Amino acid sequence: MDTATQEHAKNILKHTASLVDQTSEKNFEDQKQYLTFLMQGEEYGLDILSVQEIRGWGNISPIPNAPAHVSGVINLRGTIVPVIDLRVLFQLSDSSYDENTVVIVLKVSTQRVKRIMGIVVDAVSDVFSLSPADKKSPPSVNRSVSHDFIDGLAEVKGKMVILLDSERLLHLENHG
Amino acid sequence: MSIDLSQFHAVFFEESFEGLELMEASLLALDVDNPDSEQINSIFRAAHSIKGGSGTFGFVQVTEFTHVLETLLDRVRDGKQTIDADCIELLLQSVDCIRSLLEALQSKEEPDTKRAAQLASVFQAILDGGSDGNSASLVKVNAIIGESIVAPLIKTTKKDPSSVERSPVATRQQIGFNIFFKPSLEMLKDGNDPIRMLRELAALGEMETTADIDELPVLQELVPENFYISWTIELLTTCDIDDVEEVFEWVEGECELSITPMLEDSTVAVDSPTLYQLNDSQVKKPTTSGQRLVMPSGPLPSLDNLQLDITPEPVQAMAVAAQVTAPVKAEASSIRVGIDKVDSLINLVGELVITQSMLGQMGSSGESITGENIGKLRERLVQLEHNTRELQDSVMRIRMLPISFTFNRFPRMVRDISIQLGKKVQLELRGENTELDKTVMEKISDPMVHLIRNALDHGIEMPARRIAAGKPEVGTIVLNVFHQGGYVIIEMTDDGGGIDRERLLAKARTKGLVGESEQLSEEQKLELLFSPGLSTVEKVSNVSGRGVGMDVVRRNIQELNGSVEASTEMGVGSTFSIRLPLTLAILDGQLVTVANQTYIFPLMSISESLQIDEAKVSNVAGGSDVYSLREEYIPILRLDRLFGLCQEIGVLNDSLLVVIESEGQKIGVVVDELLSQQRIVIKSLEENYIRVLGVSGATILGDGTVAMIIDAVGLSNLAGKDIAAAKKMTDAAA
Repeated sequence: MDTATQEHAKNILKHTASLVDQTSEKNFEDQKQYLTFLMQGEEYGLDILSVQEIRGWGNISPIPNAPAHVSGVINLRGTIVPVIDLRVLFQLSDSSYDENTVVIVLKVSTQRVKRIMGIVVDAVSDVFSLSPADKKSPPSVNRSVSHDFIDGLAEVKGKMVILLDSERLLHLENHG
Repeated sequence: MSIDLSQFHAVFFEESFEGLELMEASLLALDVDNPDSEQINSIFRAAHSIKGGSGTFGFVQVTEFTHVLETLLDRVRDGKQTIDADCIELLLQSVDCIRSLLEALQSKEEPDTKRAAQLASVFQAILDGGSDGNSASLVKVNAIIGESIVAPLIKTTKKDPSSVERSPVATRQQIGFNIFFKPSLEMLKDGNDPIRMLRELAALGEMETTADIDELPVLQELVPENFYISWTIELLTTCDIDDVEEVFEWVEGECELSITPMLEDSTVAVDSPTLYQLNDSQVKKPTTSGQRLVMPSGPLPSLDNLQLDITPEPVQAMAVAAQVTAPVKAEASSIRVGIDKVDSLINLVGELVITQSMLGQMGSSGESITGENIGKLRERLVQLEHNTRELQDSVMRIRMLPISFTFNRFPRMVRDISIQLGKKVQLELRGENTELDKTVMEKISDPMVHLIRNALDHGIEMPARRIAAGKPEVGTIVLNVFHQGGYVIIEMTDDGGGIDRERLLAKARTKGLVGESEQLSEEQKLELLFSPGLSTVEKVSNVSGRGVGMDVVRRNIQELNGSVEASTEMGVGSTFSIRLPLTLAILDGQLVTVANQTYIFPLMSISESLQIDEAKVSNVAGGSDVYSLREEYIPILRLDRLFGLCQEIGVLNDSLLVVIESEGQKIGVVVDELLSQQRIVIKSLEENYIRVLGVSGATILGDGTVAMIIDAVGLSNLAGKDIAAAKKMTDAAA
């Protein structure tokens, strides 16, 4: 991971930490925190509790005969963690790698899915809190691949953020 | 002051199961004509500790049953009761019964006590039958038990008035007991707690107690260590009077106690028939699913009849077994480790710390690393490597258990099945102290069971045939375990009829596995044994022969990175030889590079590596290449293509070919470079991803990157077409 990304990621995590403090003080019981990231200029959000860590992109070993969106596996302190390129999965046109490209490592352990997996995105962006009432359901017009993973939409600081469902994202069988 | 006893449950169950195993082994080893008192003692001790333990934890059902068992064993021990084959059969059944009780308790279910009650009543009958151990009545009793277990409605046998010389109380119309219990003044001083007994009583059924406090003195005169209360208890239960008496066993003589049966027409209205029916329906499951069908004593039916009778059984039995085994066992698995192993581990860690501090000192001393220093550094690094490897070995050894862990249940199985089949078989175990990784051991158990069942069913002949063939009447199955290289070899030899290769071939032909005109070598014919959907026995028995056997055995063993081979001689017997790696977690690997990626071949799957001579490469129609290697055509596989790494195909000349062997078939895999050989730790890819064909797992290399471990079997499946083409060429050339 180059220093710029590292700094950026560090700042975000710091920010997260301070936010967590704030929320606990103010006792925002219903509020959920989201980590947002960018893919082709669009901002997406993920429940921060499912985010284990953020890493720079690199050192990925390919998996034989894997679908195109599966970049490969990385070594996460002794655990073999598969990494999927969310940009390819969502069929976005540009999926190049630059110094901002990061891997967000997600960990979900529910009854249905128990898995650690990394997703490749263009860059991490921000952390914000949201109460469930502010979450709008997505329009059900077009049924694209990405649509299956969308949990809802939210407006944050005048921008629209697409909230993703980590559990569905990690449920490999959904990846059609 | 209450201690949470449940924290000790795991230990209790573990010890009890061990005790049961011991009982079983001793019972099987017991010589009926000349019983060894030490063996009887050990059976007794095992039963006694199970009883004690279950009593402590309040598992009344187990305590009650083991108590009766113990009483009988006690008499045997004192020589008041003779022991015979039927008696041993009964005792073995009791072991099963206790085991099923314990298993139910372990998975936190209500144990089914019906079978226990039946067995207990038989024991009681034996005990009542007098001290001479009347064998004839025992046989009768045994037959009744057998019948009642098979009979659809146990109630009917219960009603049968001729049913056994039972203990004085008939349980049918009786719905409970009236108990008067008056502890002596001194009872508390002996450490007995009446409340505890009441609690135990309450566990037997519905209970109503009336305390009599008339004798309670006024406060000034009350001695706190004395006991003044007495109770009148109405207990609604289906239990035997013995069960009730057992509760008060420890205070006999220290109290006034009267227990009188309460009959149905007495005051309390309880719908007892429904109670029975409920019990009946519960009881049916375990009895039909029981591994062993109880054979009535006396002449055994001929094998043919038996097989015919049993034919519909497996399906039913399997269905029921599935039902019964469905609940997940609530057990945390643990291993017992010898203290010496732990000590050696501690020593090694100590050494590691020393080495680390030496290296640390060098690093922090600020000296430049030159000349003399570098030699020292290397020396210490070598030491570190040495330590690490030893540590790894020691840690692995913790998981190693003697193979007798699995093998100990085989004598019982052989005994039961051989009786069922009317054959005479003895099982010899050799090298059962050979150690094997626990995970490997758990997975090898099922294939072994299958092999042994096969040997019993198909291998060993009926006694008459054996005598006619000039062999000893009793067949022998030998299980021999030993180390060879980094592997454990398990050899199973029987002195039965051997495997008929021609019949295998004929069968395979009718099933279309082998073409009509195809000629096979002797080994190839025997290999057919392992092909799916082949069973040489016409009739399906519940012992073996459903045709899903040997291929599954082989696949299970291959999943453990092991192999299985058969050899046989008609009329003399067969040998199955299983080769297993010592452990699953570590493997010796050959690192190679293909298209800039590092892959690992398990060293044991590589038969050779060679430089490709382009003159020996020929192209088969359809695009696959084959390599001519010593009169054999082996398919050339391109990993880059098979794994979808890149599409362009480079020149083969001067590339390297790694020849691997999978299921007897050689495959050449083109690689760019051969790197080092090293021990690698296998990591699961499936844990966070899905199963990948051609890859058995992954590992982390020295530089922190992930490398895939090649699975030879999966690879050959991936390249099925290429392999078939090469096979054709080899056959054509031959």
